[in-house]
Amino acid sequence: MATKASRSAARLMMAPAVILLLGWMLVPLTMTLWFSFRRYLPLRGGDQGWTGFDNYVRFVTSSAFWPAVQATLVIVGGVLIITVCLGVLLAILLDQPMWGQGIVRVLVIAPFFVMPTVSALVWKNMFMDPVNGLFAHVWRFFGAEPLSWLSEASMPSIILIVSWQWLPFATLILLTAIQSLDSEQLEAAEMDGAPKLKQFWFIILPHLSRAITIVILIQTIFLLSIFAEIFVTTGGAFGTRTLTYLIFQRVLESQNVGLGSAGGVYAIILANIVALFLMRIVGKNLDN
Amino acid sequence: MARTVTARRKAINTAIAWTIGLLIFFPILWTILTSFKTEAEAIASPPSFLFFDWTLENYAVVQERSNYMRFLWNSVIIAVGSTILGIIIAVPAAWSMAFVPSKRTKDILLWMLSTKMLPAVGVLYPIYLIFIRMGILDSRAGLVVVLMLINLPIIVWMLYTYFKEIPGEILEAARMDGATLKSEILYVLTPMAIPGIASTVLLNIILAWNEAFWTLNLTAANAAPLTAFIASYSSPEGLFYAKLSAASTMAIAPILILGWFSQKQLVRGLTFGAVK
Repeated sequence: MATKASRSAARLMMAPAVILLLGWMLVPLTMTLWFSFRRYLPLRGGDQGWTGFDNYVRFVTSSAFWPAVQATLVIVGGVLIITVCLGVLLAILLDQPMWGQGIVRVLVIAPFFVMPTVSALVWKNMFMDPVNGLFAHVWRFFGAEPLSWLSEASMPSIILIVSWQWLPFATLILLTAIQSLDSEQLEAAEMDGAPKLKQFWFIILPHLSRAITIVILIQTIFLLSIFAEIFVTTGGAFGTRTLTYLIFQRVLESQNVGLGSAGGVYAIILANIVALFLMRIVGKNLDN
Repeated sequence: MARTVTARRKAINTAIAWTIGLLIFFPILWTILTSFKTEAEAIASPPSFLFFDWTLENYAVVQERSNYMRFLWNSVIIAVGSTILGIIIAVPAAWSMAFVPSKRTKDILLWMLSTKMLPAVGVLYPIYLIFIRMGILDSRAGLVVVLMLINLPIIVWMLYTYFKEIPGEILEAARMDGATLKSEILYVLTPMAIPGIASTVLLNIILAWNEAFWTLNLTAANAAPLTAFIASYSSPEGLFYAKLSAASTMAIAPILILGWFSQKQLVRGLTFGAVK
């Protein structure tokens, strides 16, 4: 049905989106690459010429680098484990027959719609505050000494906040996947006397594997760049400075653009490795 | 599900699911409840759950002290503006990819998706610099453009998956009946495309409303939307729990309501059609 005329019309219709995204990708990326090879301190002498790979070496050899890598891995890994495991269980639970299913689903999904600065601030002040926070009340009720959560247990606290935000996403996607499961398979297994645990392990989990992979990949990409949650709660203190936050501090707070840009290039490479796997799955799906 | 369950089983499911659901929802519920307390009651020990003197005072104070409406207005303009702009650019693109596919359509779609994966912090300084040079730092127009660009891949993808579902036979049938291209677009395609466009608009308003990297880094006093306004409560105003709660409730309420309508679209939009 596509004629020559409609093909050129199609190209014209696509042009604005393609050109804009191309510009959005290439212009800042080129600038970041350019800055990363220069000694560039806007407030202390400006652009001071080429430095080769100096920024790249200094970024990874600075004392802040490995702790930042560790913090990033702990947060991303911790949130992934919590959201995927609880997400699978919640999805199975929500798929069971019950009264008020629609309302429960709404309750579970709600945190995803809360803006990151609000959820970070509400958790920080109203739950984790060592004096007036709700956790402190509960701790005192049981006769325990309230913790100063965000400084004494900073990592678990951040992981809790971020998991709370992302659990709905995992649950919703896994629930959608579960609902496409052929219930006859489960019925057949039940008739053959397969126990629930075996049904879960051999039927439900394999059916979910693709959805789980997608959840892991998409969340990894978003979690690698979480920002507001740390900005509002600890400001990168108490061992919660992730790679994203370290780069942000280098670029905007200490205004060492060369060094920050080299870090940015590392972050881009890292995100692209994850993205490659995701694109494969999505691309395969397009063919069907 | 066709499996038969006893009423007892169903009751147990219901009890467990409601408990967990309320537990997950609790932080939001607690924020809403606290927003109706006085400051003294908000930090009372032990905290009262429902039995306190309900007051609307906090909402009035937040508006009075911080000019809340201005931040709200900035959020509305940025979220709605960037979505409309994105739709205008994305509809023709998604349309042509769905109805006049070529060998490269798949590559273009995947490439668009890859631009979404670019970590924002990696291009923070270039964008910051471009904004300063163009004099659009801390302006709503600048944020509209940036948020449109970061969400454009999602908009194109969602629209593409919706348009793809419009069956080609209908078009052929319309042509057989002698419909012109104009009436084909106006009377056949548009009605079928509108639900998809509406869902896309909804999800993107939510994403833009909650975006908290560019809105925090590219605004100051003038263009700051609600994300930045709430962040400014970090300290010491954050210690006024009731007011913090009132401000938070107002910031999330519109999106919570929109979000409830868009559960299904969320899955499609954020998994790029890989899970349906």
